[in-house]
Amino acid sequence: MTSSRAAKIDRLAATAAHKPTAEGEPQAGGNGPKSDAGVSLAASAWRRLRRNPMFLSGAVIIGLFLLLALLAPFIAPHDPGLRLLQDQVVQARNQLPPPQPGHPMGGDQYGRDFFSRMLLGSQQTLMVAVLATVIGLGGGLVLGTLAGAFGGWVDTVVMRIVDVLLSIPSLLLAVSIGAMFAQQSQFTVIIAVAIVQIPIFARLLRGTMLGVRESDHVLAARALGVKRRAIVFRHILPNSLGPVIVQSTLVLAIAILDAAALSFLGLGAADDSTPEWGQMLGNAQDFFDSQPHLAFWPAACIIAVALGFTLVGESMREALDPRQRR
Amino acid sequence: MLRYTIRRVLQLALVVLVLSVLLFAWLRALPGGPVSALLGDRGTAESRAQLREALGLDDPIFVQYFAFLGRALTGDFGTSTGVSPGKPAMELFLERFPATIELSIAAIVIALIGAIPLGYLAARRRGGWFDNASVVGSMIGISIPIFFLAFLLKYLLAIKLGWLPTGGRQSAGLDATRVTGFFVLDGLLTREWDASLDALRHLLLPALALSSIPFAVIFRITRASVLDVMDEDYVRTARSKGLAKRIVRDRHILRNAMLPVVTTVGLQTGALLSGAVLTETVFSWQGVGQALAVGFERKDFPVLQVVIIAAAMAYVLVNLIVDLSYAAIDPRIRTAGKVG
Repeated sequence: MTSSRAAKIDRLAATAAHKPTAEGEPQAGGNGPKSDAGVSLAASAWRRLRRNPMFLSGAVIIGLFLLLALLAPFIAPHDPGLRLLQDQVVQARNQLPPPQPGHPMGGDQYGRDFFSRMLLGSQQTLMVAVLATVIGLGGGLVLGTLAGAFGGWVDTVVMRIVDVLLSIPSLLLAVSIGAMFAQQSQFTVIIAVAIVQIPIFARLLRGTMLGVRESDHVLAARALGVKRRAIVFRHILPNSLGPVIVQSTLVLAIAILDAAALSFLGLGAADDSTPEWGQMLGNAQDFFDSQPHLAFWPAACIIAVALGFTLVGESMREALDPRQRR
Repeated sequence: MLRYTIRRVLQLALVVLVLSVLLFAWLRALPGGPVSALLGDRGTAESRAQLREALGLDDPIFVQYFAFLGRALTGDFGTSTGVSPGKPAMELFLERFPATIELSIAAIVIALIGAIPLGYLAARRRGGWFDNASVVGSMIGISIPIFFLAFLLKYLLAIKLGWLPTGGRQSAGLDATRVTGFFVLDGLLTREWDASLDALRHLLLPALALSSIPFAVIFRITRASVLDVMDEDYVRTARSKGLAKRIVRDRHILRNAMLPVVTTVGLQTGALLSGAVLTETVFSWQGVGQALAVGFERKDFPVLQVVIIAAAMAYVLVNLIVDLSYAAIDPRIRTAGKVG
């Protein structure tokens, strides 16, 4: 049950699983790009991506932010944890340090240099996204491979649990996972965001693997007497990773947004001396009416990064989808 | 159809059963175990021992699970410790549930009214500037943190311009009769038009914020689905027969393109509930989502439990209804769909 969400993931998996055969078929009607014939799936997808403005703009956005994260420690004028302008913060009047020489964006609610915090926030935010995605992907790979490779009761048990997890709204699931930790920290946020993604990855991978398992090269390997372990890890799994990789790109965006939402709900490190955009945005809510810029800049960066990952992920999905090749 | 229905209902029962096991395990995994979770920080040694006894925590784990299941089936999830101390968690949930439903329905209605025509137009002008702009727009839509959008709307339209109220479900001092708990509907039923209008004004901003994600998703599904249907032979046939454009659009394209949209609306239930937690908090909307946010902050585990299990069940139920109506329309689904 849980049906529809699971079914949607399965459909995604199915479009990918059929690909090897679709590739080999002669182009009916001859309206597809002829140059695709005889080229590997990845190569033909890449050829289409290279010319896709959506993909290119997404890639440029991500590239810029990666560059920013790498260079941040060298550009940032101040230590983001130091309360340099504390004497200019007037709590009673909701007054914050204004922009001034040396502090182009002024200070935040604790008198820390806002510009430096914005710059260095890129590092933490990208790290949260990458770690959460990698953990989610790892868990999903293990569960999905178990279900997809063994089938039978292992598949049934794993998929039942996955289905139930899919039926809990993602934010509620993340919050309940966060509640299990006695001590809240940035790590809690990463784990909570990651675990929510595990069932999605697992379901997706399992669906693709079921499709690939039926394909000719696996049958050939089996006929040759190749051991099951080798079939799973060298023939089925590598050929099933396409949709999972696309999904991880999208999850990078989701992870940043979810982490921000969890920070907003109060799940996150109490100590915010190391800046992270989601946390900055979550903490800025109390000053939104009087100091909207404290929320605006982290929000703008989050939207830009999430958009970059979404653009890349969606155009990759489109490029890998055989139905798009008309 | 009957066999299909029975199969789906049985699957639902299984999901609820697995969910109860997970919830039971979750309660035991909470920091300090179930006693601290249920009593909060205020528990004395004596009340702890009492609750331990009452919960039968010294019994074997299976006995405990079935006791938990029995209590859950009668709707007994304990007493709220943080959101509204002393009130049974189930009662609190039932009280607040209509508010969340009202908000979610408003959001999905806004999304449907806006996104379907937009999706159709974008598909008809595929590759044009309108299409490209709205596709990118929908991606920006899903990239905006929903609570930030809520703050932005509140800041611009309520605080700066003062057009709409900043939060809550009705103006203070308004004495409206309550019938169903759906404030807009209540006003209509009791003919208190001003109360209905007041509730609607409060509803607009949170609903708008909450509709952003379903709006983007429904737009993209409509667009993709219309693109698929437009290439079908029967559309070409209809056109070549010389049917009026409007008839082809309404009867041939839109009617067939709507099927995936219906499924998507069901799928959005989960996203709506997640979003409701955030929008309700920003607009101090007294719904289930806000109860969850406050409950989490104050470690009110009885309330969290009810909300989680109810949200999952609502999601599963809505999708069951969607699937059943879908199967009623399309016989292929009844016979296929053996998996999942």
